[in-house]
Amino acid sequence: MKTPVDMGMNKTGAGLHPRQTQEMIEAAEGARVPPGDETAMAEVRAGYSGSRDVIGTMPPPASVKGAAKTAMKAATGKKATVFIDKLAERMAFERTGTRLYEAIRAKLAGLGGGDGIGLYDARLREIQNQETAHMELLYSCIEKLGADPTTETPSADVAGVQSLGILQVLTDPRTTISQCLNALLTAELVDNASWELLIELADEMGQQDMVNEFRIALQEEQHHLDTVRNWVVEASRKELHGHEVVA
Amino acid sequence: MALDLMKERGIPLARQQFNWQDLVRTPISKLNDDAFTRVRVILMNGIENEAWIFQHQFARMNRDMRKELAMVRRVEQHQQTLVNWLLPADQSVLETTIGYEQVAVEVTASVAQHEPDPYMKQVYEFGVLEDFDHLYRYAALMDRLEGKDPNCILQSYTDVVPGRPTVEQHRHPFDDLRTPYDRKKAAPITRIHALLILAAEQQTRNFYATVGNVYADPVARQVYAEISSIEEQHVTQYESIIDPDETWMEKWLMHECMEVYCYYSCMQQESNPRIKAIWEMLLDYELGHLHHVMDLFQRVEKRDPMEVLPAKLPEPLDFTSHRDWVRKVLDTQVDLRADGPRFVPKEQLPPTSPSHAYNKMVNAKGSPTEIVSAGYHWIPGTELIKRAQMLRAAQAGVH
Repeated sequence: MKTPVDMGMNKTGAGLHPRQTQEMIEAAEGARVPPGDETAMAEVRAGYSGSRDVIGTMPPPASVKGAAKTAMKAATGKKATVFIDKLAERMAFERTGTRLYEAIRAKLAGLGGGDGIGLYDARLREIQNQETAHMELLYSCIEKLGADPTTETPSADVAGVQSLGILQVLTDPRTTISQCLNALLTAELVDNASWELLIELADEMGQQDMVNEFRIALQEEQHHLDTVRNWVVEASRKELHGHEVVA
Repeated sequence: MALDLMKERGIPLARQQFNWQDLVRTPISKLNDDAFTRVRVILMNGIENEAWIFQHQFARMNRDMRKELAMVRRVEQHQQTLVNWLLPADQSVLETTIGYEQVAVEVTASVAQHEPDPYMKQVYEFGVLEDFDHLYRYAALMDRLEGKDPNCILQSYTDVVPGRPTVEQHRHPFDDLRTPYDRKKAAPITRIHALLILAAEQQTRNFYATVGNVYADPVARQVYAEISSIEEQHVTQYESIIDPDETWMEKWLMHECMEVYCYYSCMQQESNPRIKAIWEMLLDYELGHLHHVMDLFQRVEKRDPMEVLPAKLPEPLDFTSHRDWVRKVLDTQVDLRADGPRFVPKEQLPPTSPSHAYNKMVNAKGSPTEIVSAGYHWIPGTELIKRAQMLRAAQAGVH
């Protein structure tokens, strides 16, 4: 069976049709086009950006009582909505992350095992469950702060837009294990950096319990990243030596 | 106060102008705007698309009216763009889909409750339970594919539970044809309703048929393929309730009247002042179209357009949650099936009905909407919340 890195019938390069390409270059060079350059586009974008419209805002404050009051006391003088927005962003990412691992596990189940790179369903399931647990941790942290964890906050929304490309790669039946791992690597790199940021923010907010819990989550995320990175390296090495990458 | 169609003349066609920047305004906020603002934007996009499609069909069948149609249609084209571009880019295709189904449920529910003709009312009640089910299936897809909560779009106005199961909605084409109203007897609101629901369903069919292929996931592609097919059935159903003996001019007049009615309904209930101003402007444009077509109608058909139009606009659409009404209809009508133009209890559908064989054929290898929603119960924050709790309980059991 051919793999994507085998030679085939890719038709996208201009070099395949040198004569026609040369004719196109000459036609393009001689064409009458509007004056200016790409700064004209930048000006339009700047005009729209200057309108001060935003994607959305945080919700009105929920009634803060009991435990939430105590939790927020430490944060006096800080803008708690910034912290809650980032918590919600991470939660949305972990939730989509759970579905990402579900997708690669389904792909793996379809392909079957073989002389592979040590990519086992048990390890994927373990990572997936940790993503789910992180999501729940963040859900309860948001609740503790007296906010509504079912709100899609602006940063959560934007994170969802960012994740769509990764999701497309993972759920496409035609993508290879190697291509999927690369997409997962993107997700895990962002995830690691984002947990580090969250720990800093929790510290600034005086949320020591959260700092401790987030450190454990970060450790697990670091393992995810190392694992995925190793799989990517192994997969690339296999391909370089002409082997098909299997789980 | 009801709008007097004779008195209100709107903006004359000659003064209806746009530049490109007019068409591309700041979109609504997916997060901050009320769900019914999104419902109105989606509905009006469908209304404008129908205006465009109808006027093209008319032009293809009529030599004399081509110039007039071309003039009005160009404005409809730009109105459609202005309206549809109000949807924001952070709203994924699936989120927009949830919005489409919310339109289908809540707007059809409003129409059914205001419809004076009992047979037409029954047609809407039959249809709404099917779109209601689509909402549930797409909600499951959103939760399970993207890990997102569909209620962020629905904003708790509309239930997420099964309706008449999509797997059972696949009927033989003959069983989607209904009996049309009689143009000589039907109340104006009956004709307005039929056109606006047709427009909404038609754009839903066109949307699914266009965007179903943007997904990499084969389950999503299958779900869109399956539901798109039902939307085609719905277009067949709703266009068949319209009297085919109406003249082209009469149909054009009713289209313009329906557009006025819809923009008027939107304008009255809009909560976002910036969008309200847009509805107001487009209402004036549509009043301009209506009066233009009223003049043409008088010239061509040599009769008073008020023989066809209502003197005053009927009560506007009710852009609110119709949860209780939908639940009641679900309770009493979920097991109805179509036997030609009639609706009968499931067990009374004759064994000779061509829908049996058709349904068996399309579902021969299973129904994607059943697969995607297997065991799915919506809860706030996605079903992963429940899974997380179960994982934690299992771990606690181990330690």
